Amino acid sequence: MIRVQAEDFDIGVELKKLTAGDASIGGLCSFVGLVRDMAGSDEISAMTLEHYPGMTEKALTDIEAQAQERWPLNGTLIVHRYGRLQPGDQIVLVAAASAHREAAFEACHFLIDWLKTKAPFWKLEDTPDGGQWVDARDTDAAATDRWLQPGISVPTDADSAE
Amino acid sequence: MKIMYFAWVREMTGKPEENIELPEGLATVHQLVAWLKLQDDVYQRAFADESMIRVAVNQEYVSGDGPISNDDEVAFFPPVTGG
Repeated sequence: MIRVQAEDFDIGVELKKLTAGDASIGGLCSFVGLVRDMAGSDEISAMTLEHYPGMTEKALTDIEAQAQERWPLNGTLIVHRYGRLQPGDQIVLVAAASAHREAAFEACHFLIDWLKTKAPFWKLEDTPDGGQWVDARDTDAAATDRWLQPGISVPTDADSAE
Repeated sequence: MKIMYFAWVREMTGKPEENIELPEGLATVHQLVAWLKLQDDVYQRAFADESMIRVAVNQEYVSGDGPISNDDEVAFFPPVTGG
């Protein structure tokens, strides 16, 4: 399941919902992304997340489907916030549930790596020098590409354009 | 055609979206960008470094040679930074 929302989320409630009624789940792995108060040497007083309504939901649904295709999963969840957030606020929750821990760990890692380079969100940080758009990081692209190495068969889209 | 701009591309064009009548003969994203650049300096500046721009047609990523038509929704934005 995927959700894009301005409101905060309760991790406990979300994870309970994900596993409710399915006793064949043996492992549940989750990742939560938070707003940091520093970016390099800049102090961050707030962060605004912009997104592309419509495409965001499509991209997240696609990322989730690819995880489901690769690992035997009983359930997956992506909740991503947008709008103005403060340091310490929750930004994103991804979770994967499976019979065994290995699939849950790997799928959870895959979900956040792919989301970071494919879902159309942009971060604007409020710094002492004014608003600064966060640059995409090469390490994030490398983290995504890691899942494309030989022996790992993930469907590839034309995911970037010049 | 509906054209949308996000993040700093939106700030540089000064608008979140606009509707245009796609001129005859423009068949790819590259050609659309080249045409926009001729229309106004703001597009010259926004698309100055095309390697920094990602494109989606009808909410799917495409490359610069991706085909376009007048019924499409085309979006221009920087590399994404969610998560």
